[in-house]
Amino acid sequence: MQDSEVFLQQLITGLSNGMIIALIALGYTMVYGIIELINFAHGDVFMLGAFLALTLLGMFGMEAWPQHWQLAGVVLMLVSCAAFCGTLNWSLDRLAYRPLRRASKLSLLVSAIGCSFICTNLGLFWGGMPMDVFAGGVAAAAPKDFPQLVPQYNLLGESAVRVVPADIAVLVVTIPLMIALVYLVKRTRLGRAMRAVAQDSTAAALMGIPVDRVIGVTFFIGGALGGFASVVYALYNNTIGFQMGYRAGMDAFTAAVLGGIGSLPGAVLGGLTIGCVRAMSDQYVETRWTNTIVFGILVLILIFRPSGLLGSTRREKV
Amino acid sequence: MTHHALCVLSLALTSSLGCTAWAQSTESKGTLTILSSLPRTGSANAQTTTIVNGIKLAIAEAGGQVDGWTIAYQDLDDASPQRGNWDPAVEAQNANAATKDATCIAYIGTFNSGAAKVAMPILNRAGIVMVSPANTYPGLTKPGKGEPNEPMVYRPTGTVSYFRIVPTDDLQGVQAADWAKQLGAKKVFVLHDRELYGKGIADVFCDHAKTIGVEIIGFDGTDSKAANYRSLVTKIKAVSPDLVYFGGTTQTNAGQIAKDLRAGGYEGMYMVPDGCFEQAFIEAAGDSNLNGNTYITFGGLPADQLTGRGAAFRDAYHAKYGSDPEAYAAYGYEAARVVLQAIAEAKTRDRAGVLAAVAATKNFDGVLGRWSFDANGDTSSRVLSGQTVKDGKFVFVKVLGG
Repeated sequence: MQDSEVFLQQLITGLSNGMIIALIALGYTMVYGIIELINFAHGDVFMLGAFLALTLLGMFGMEAWPQHWQLAGVVLMLVSCAAFCGTLNWSLDRLAYRPLRRASKLSLLVSAIGCSFICTNLGLFWGGMPMDVFAGGVAAAAPKDFPQLVPQYNLLGESAVRVVPADIAVLVVTIPLMIALVYLVKRTRLGRAMRAVAQDSTAAALMGIPVDRVIGVTFFIGGALGGFASVVYALYNNTIGFQMGYRAGMDAFTAAVLGGIGSLPGAVLGGLTIGCVRAMSDQYVETRWTNTIVFGILVLILIFRPSGLLGSTRREKV
Repeated sequence: MTHHALCVLSLALTSSLGCTAWAQSTESKGTLTILSSLPRTGSANAQTTTIVNGIKLAIAEAGGQVDGWTIAYQDLDDASPQRGNWDPAVEAQNANAATKDATCIAYIGTFNSGAAKVAMPILNRAGIVMVSPANTYPGLTKPGKGEPNEPMVYRPTGTVSYFRIVPTDDLQGVQAADWAKQLGAKKVFVLHDRELYGKGIADVFCDHAKTIGVEIIGFDGTDSKAANYRSLVTKIKAVSPDLVYFGGTTQTNAGQIAKDLRAGGYEGMYMVPDGCFEQAFIEAAGDSNLNGNTYITFGGLPADQLTGRGAAFRDAYHAKYGSDPEAYAAYGYEAARVVLQAIAEAKTRDRAGVLAAVAATKNFDGVLGRWSFDANGDTSSRVLSGQTVKDGKFVFVKVLGG
C-alpha cells in the first residue's frame, strides 16, 4: 500500500465511524437544544436498539435468508429499532424528566444518570435471553456476535483501498436521515415549534404551542435517530454488548460538545472530526494515544471557543 | 405407676445421652472455609463456572471434610457489571472479607493477574495462603521478570503465601514466539491490551522473537473498549506482517480485533495467548473469522489431551456435570486438591499450618503429571500447548516446549 492509499483508507474508515458517531450525537444535541439536558441515557437507549435488532435477526432467522431478503430484513430492523428507541426515549421524558421540568437542572441531570443505569441493566438482562443469537444466553454480559448481513468484499475490486458494502450502508442510512432532520427543523411547523420552545419555552406556551408535546416529540426523534444508529453500528462492527452505550455515548457527547451542543450541523461536524482524528491518530501516532488526542482536542477547543465549532455565541440562558 | 414412669423416663434419658455422645464422636472438629475469587460476571463466566465446578468436584471427592474438619466453600465474584470484567475494588473487598472470616484458611484465585496484584498483599498480611489456578504474569512470583519492586511488593511480611498451578508467561511468550517462527512468520506485528497480563506477555514475545530472528515490525497498545479497530488494521496491513500477535483476553476485545482483521482484508496469521482460550472468544469473534489461521497458546494441556490423573478428572467432571470442562477447570480442581492435601498434612489446622503445608507441596500427583512448588511459589510443570480453531472448536495442534 502506498502512503496516499493508506491516507485515503484511513479517511474512509474515519468518515464511516464518524457518521455513526454523528447520528448518535444528533440525539444528544436535539435534546440539549430544547431543554438544556444532557440525556445520559441516550447512549444506553441506542444500546437497547442494537439488542432489539439482534433479537429480530434471531427471531426471523434472517441469517439464512437469501441476499435481497436480508436487505428487507435490514429495513425491518431499521424501522422497528427507530420506533422502539424513539418510544423508549419518549417514555423516559414522560416518566423521569417531565415531572422535574420545574426542578433545578441538577435534579434533571441526576435523573438522566439514573435512567442510564436502568437501561444498562436492562441490556444486561436482555443479553441473558436464551436464544441462539445470544449464544444461548449463558453469559449475559459477554459481547454478542452480530452476523454479517452486509458483506465485506471490496467494492473496488483488486484495489489496495477497500470500500466495503458496510461503508456504503452507513452513508445510505445516515445522509438521508440528516437531510430529513434539517428539513424537519428548518422547514416544517413542528420544526418551528421546536425552535420556538428552544428559544423561550414560556413565550412559546403563551403563543399556544403545546410545549410538553413538542419536547416529547423531540425526545422521540432523538431516540429514533439513536435506533437507526444502533442498526448501522451493529451492521458495521458486527459485535454488540450491554456496555457499548457508554463508549458510543461518550464519543457522541464529545462530538456534540465539539461541534457546539444544540447545533445540528455542529453535531455532524463534531462526529466526523472525531472519527477522522481517531483514524489518523491510530495511523500516524499510536493507538494508545488516540483517546488522549481526542479529548485533548476537545479541551483545547473548549478553552478557545467555549461554545464549540458551530455553537451559537449567545449567552447561556439562565 | 410413678415408679414405672420414672423407669421409662430414665431409659429415655440414658438413650438420649448415649445419642448425644455418639453424635459428638462424629461431629465436626470445626469448619475450615475455602474461598474462591473469580470473575463470575462477564464473558469469563463460562470459563470460571467450570473452574468453580472443578473446585466443588475436588471437595466432593474428599467427602466435604478432612480428618474430621468440615470444609466449607464459598464462590465469590471479583467482577462488577459496570466493567463486565474483574474490578480492583471488588477484588479488594473479597480479599478483605477473607481476612475477616476467622474460618477462612485458603483463597483460590484469582483468574486475572491484575486482580492478583490487589489481593496478594492483603492476604499476605493476614497469613492466608492463596493458590491461583490461572494467573500467568511472571512478576507476581519471579524476581527480575517484572518491575524492579516485584514480587517483594506483594509479600509485605516477607513470607511467600502465593502459589500458582500454571506455567508463567515468560515461558508461554517464549514458546509462542518459537511457534510463530515454526509456522513461517518472518515479520510480526504485536498488539497488547495495556493490561498487566497482556502487555507482559507481549513484551516477552517481542524480546524472544528478536533473539530468534523474527522481525517485529510494529508494537502498539489497543483501547479495549473501542467499537472497532479498522484504522489500526489499515496501519497493520500497510506493513504486511505474516502474523499479528495480540497479548490480551476475550474481555479486552481479542474477538473484535479478529473480526476487523478479516473485514479489513488481512489474510495472515493471528496468534493469541491463553486469555483467549475459551469458547467465549470464538463466539465473540465469529468462527468464520478464526478458521484455519488463528493460533492459541496455553500454559497447560486442553482437557481432551490430559492423561492419567487428568483423564480421571475429565471423566469425573463429565459424569458429574454432563458437559466438558473449559481449559482452566482442571487447574481449579488442582488448586482445590493442593489445598485439601495441605489441610490433611498440616501440623496445625490454622492459616499458618496450612500455608506451611502448601509451601511444602512436593511431587504432587496432579492433572499434568508430578510437579512441585519452588521457593517462589511457582509450579515446576513446563507443559504448554498450541491450539488452532476449526469449525467453531479449538483443535489441539501440539505440545510446545515440554
